[in-house]
Amino acid sequence: MSDINSRTDEELDRRDTAPGEESITEHEPAGGLSGYLLGFGLAILLTIASFLAAQTNLIYQPAVISALVVLAIAQMGVHLVFFLHLTTGPDNTNNVLALAFGVLIVALVVIGSVWIMAHLNLNMAPMSAHQAEMMP
Amino acid sequence: MSDITAGSAIHEPYRPGQSSAHGHGLFPATGHGKGGPASKFVTAAYGFWIFLLSDIIMFSAFFASFAVLSRATAGGPTGKELFELTRIAAQTGLLLTSSFTGGLATLATHRRSIAATQFWLLVTGLLGAAFLFLEVQEFAAMANEQAGPSRSAFLSAFFALVGCHGTHVGLGLLWLGTMMAQLWVKGFRPDLLRRLHCFGLFWHTLDIIWIAIFTLVYLLGASP
Amino acid sequence: MLGKLDWSAIPFDQPIPLGSALIVFLAAVAVLIWVTVKGYWPYLWHEWITSVDHKRIGVMYIVLAALMLFRGFVDAVMMRTQQVLAIHGPGYLPPEHYDQVFSAHGTIMIFFAAMPFVIGLMNFVMPLQLGIRDVAFPTLNSVSFWLTATGALLVNISLVVGEFARTGWLPYAPLSETTYSPGVGVDYYLWSIQISGVGTLLTGVNLATTILKMRAPGMGYLHMPMFCWTSLASNLLIVAAFPILTATLAMLTLDRYLGFHFFTNEAGGNQMMFMNLIWAWGHPEVYILVLPAFGIYSEIFSTFSSKPLFGYRSMVAATLFICIVSFMVWLHHFFTMGAGADVNAAFGIATSVIAVGTGVKIYNWLFTMYGGRVRFDTPMLWALAFVTTFIIGGMTGVLLAVPPADFMLHNSLFLVAHFHNVIISGVLFAAFAGFTYWFPKAFGFRLHEGWGKAAFWFTLAGYVLVFVPLYIVGLLGMTRRLQHIDMDLWTPWLIVAAIGIAVMIVGAACQVAQLIVSIRHRDELRDETGDPWDGRTLEWSTSSPPPFFNYARLPYVENEEPYWTVKQRALDGQAPAKDESYEPVEMPRNSPTGFVAAFFATLIGFALIWHIWWLAIVGFLGAYATFVVFAWREHGDYEIPADEVERIDRDGRAAQLAWMRKRERVA
Repeated sequence: MSDINSRTDEELDRRDTAPGEESITEHEPAGGLSGYLLGFGLAILLTIASFLAAQTNLIYQPAVISALVVLAIAQMGVHLVFFLHLTTGPDNTNNVLALAFGVLIVALVVIGSVWIMAHLNLNMAPMSAHQAEMMP
Repeated sequence: MSDITAGSAIHEPYRPGQSSAHGHGLFPATGHGKGGPASKFVTAAYGFWIFLLSDIIMFSAFFASFAVLSRATAGGPTGKELFELTRIAAQTGLLLTSSFTGGLATLATHRRSIAATQFWLLVTGLLGAAFLFLEVQEFAAMANEQAGPSRSAFLSAFFALVGCHGTHVGLGLLWLGTMMAQLWVKGFRPDLLRRLHCFGLFWHTLDIIWIAIFTLVYLLGASP
Repeated sequence: MLGKLDWSAIPFDQPIPLGSALIVFLAAVAVLIWVTVKGYWPYLWHEWITSVDHKRIGVMYIVLAALMLFRGFVDAVMMRTQQVLAIHGPGYLPPEHYDQVFSAHGTIMIFFAAMPFVIGLMNFVMPLQLGIRDVAFPTLNSVSFWLTATGALLVNISLVVGEFARTGWLPYAPLSETTYSPGVGVDYYLWSIQISGVGTLLTGVNLATTILKMRAPGMGYLHMPMFCWTSLASNLLIVAAFPILTATLAMLTLDRYLGFHFFTNEAGGNQMMFMNLIWAWGHPEVYILVLPAFGIYSEIFSTFSSKPLFGYRSMVAATLFICIVSFMVWLHHFFTMGAGADVNAAFGIATSVIAVGTGVKIYNWLFTMYGGRVRFDTPMLWALAFVTTFIIGGMTGVLLAVPPADFMLHNSLFLVAHFHNVIISGVLFAAFAGFTYWFPKAFGFRLHEGWGKAAFWFTLAGYVLVFVPLYIVGLLGMTRRLQHIDMDLWTPWLIVAAIGIAVMIVGAACQVAQLIVSIRHRDELRDETGDPWDGRTLEWSTSSPPPFFNYARLPYVENEEPYWTVKQRALDGQAPAKDESYEPVEMPRNSPTGFVAAFFATLIGFALIWHIWWLAIVGFLGAYATFVVFAWREHGDYEIPADEVERIDRDGRAAQLAWMRKRERVA
């Protein structure tokens, strides 16, 4: 339990954790100053890896996109665990469920839109040379 | 109720609950079980968490537009010609560090140290302002090169997405300044502690969104 | 100085909008004068405008919704009469005015009638059902309401100053771009929806947090009343869908104000992206409206059948299923836009599948009635009419979900009849049912049954008479939004529809009469028990109207029908344990923040519509200052001492017990 709420109901709140609040077990690797330092270090490493993957030939070119996406998701995970203190504990179930709902909607909107719009472009009648000239 | 209970045959149904098995009406608050209403701190943070999810979904609409329109350059400049990755690396470093110092400010509030909290909040704000400065500089340079948002649909989507993030950072700075003033005047009040915690959530979330932006917009846009 | 605003903005040459605006304006002035003369301002200010009580805010939402429902209904009457009068003729509405009428009808009905009605009912009922004293963020609740009112105000200002959008209830690009809509109509639409949309989003955050974090002790998720479950799903949908609307309208705003090219014809803009994004919000919006309505019907079927809701758990599952799947069907609004067969098929199948969830609910309601002791009070009549007519609307929906059929029926009056069929029986009937059902809880007296039944029968008959002909002319090929008609084949059906709208006018008049008669006879209709319908959920356990703190002690909940259980135990002779100690109650302090913020939001909206930039800056500074003042205040809560709580609670309960004794003597 973090000491953030010094009010009387602190004792009563033991079984629930606010989003971003450090949970009861302080000795976890993701807790306290060492947690922030560890997260900061990991995030720096992952950022550097992303820039290297994009800018050098370290990675097989067609796989760069996948590598970047994986690195980005990994770094988001680092932020969630070390900065936002999200855990798999029962005190965090509600927070994780809300996040999962949000991620599902984000995925549906982005992937759905890209899929639909790609199809529309594919089915578009090709433009004749004359039409192309008439384009504003 | 002694006047009514005494000798009255009426069983009064207007008191649901007060079950003798449990003895008292108020139970320890946990919020997600059967324990009754959660504390204000948990409620406020959870509400803000849900708000942040809605904000992320708003960004997802801008991301979707960018993904769809990223090839619609209409003969104008492409990302590869426009993006300077050194600037982006600097911006990323600034925002990541400010996220970290924001975390240090949170730790300082746990210790109830006003001086340390103010210091780390100030560092966080300055780093955020530097980030914003680089972004504005980038936007101004692009607008000068005839690559403003009205040049092409790709640039419209780019400016809207990155500008939306920048607006969030700017509003965050305004919020931060207001809270620092309040902390200076009023000290650690419970409502301010809740707001400081929410600000921490907000700031880390902006950094998470920036990860998506620098990867999907800049690195992919500038990669060969 | 005043941007684009000058005297030409006032439509002096158009008698219809000017005259109606004048009437509205005079009525508003008359009300203001009446309030001033009677000296009601302090009362209104302290008890309503600055109130953060969820019950008061809920009532204000419903008043706003009723006013806007009337406004939207007038638009509907104008459209129906125009289509009859414009057979082989010009009618009385010129095309540019007719276009504004149908755009305003859709916008007002969805955003300012249906949404506030549903949100108002959730606001009023849900904390009572959860057994708590207020929502999670009471001041935010007030801000939400006043922002919604701001949006409604802006839409109505467009009647007199300038014009409204002519682009339909969703401003499809590129028609809504400056090239094709240079006037301020679309800007009015954009800013009023943006401002009220922020209010709705904050409500979603607020109520979802309330349900997830603030239930009475003992109330696990599977002990929540069905209305709370559907409200939870609806608010989660608000949180997930409204940001998409905000983003989409922001993109259109950027196009119109700063020359961006999201949806334009030029420079690579993509109009189809607008349809895609707006419907990614638009379809969940349908369920945002209808899920709470399903909850209202669940409560009513159970109460008036004197039985627990059949299949509670399957109902919860169906609700959550609809909540998720509603985000996977949005393409069915634009099957004809040109996506390939596989995309259309995927979304067509998802659309048919979502009907399964609703089907589960229909069967649950039927089985709730089966074997029950059904009472045909007005709320139950609305619910029964809903089940019968909603099935037809649902089935035409499944028909439209088949892409080849949709290619035939797309944008015809068949489609118009379908969505009115589902939304009127699904949402409007639920609003009326819920209004009648919870009115005694809000005001302490019941509504007059006779007038309520008259309103029901006229509304139902009118609704069938309007929309069955529209199904038929749709199949006969009539497209939507026609300003004049040249096909004799459609004439008889349009006349029947016009007769139908006349019957609906009678129904609406009966509603007004019901309210007036009930207020005049409120002493005979008084509800002294707090439980006029023999209810089952917690809200009926407190007095009518409830004390401002709802419950003197938070109830302890053991199952999903806590009040019914307690009443049964009382009948069995087991008196519940008495706990006579009262504790002080902490309640949120009233705050003018919402009203003041909405005042500045009105300035911002109006200034941006007319390009009065300095006024917009003033508005933003004012809004920021409002929130700083709010953040600076010393005490957000105040404490009601225990003896005060005891006194109020005993007053309320003394009346209930006196009534019970009287009934016992009669028995």
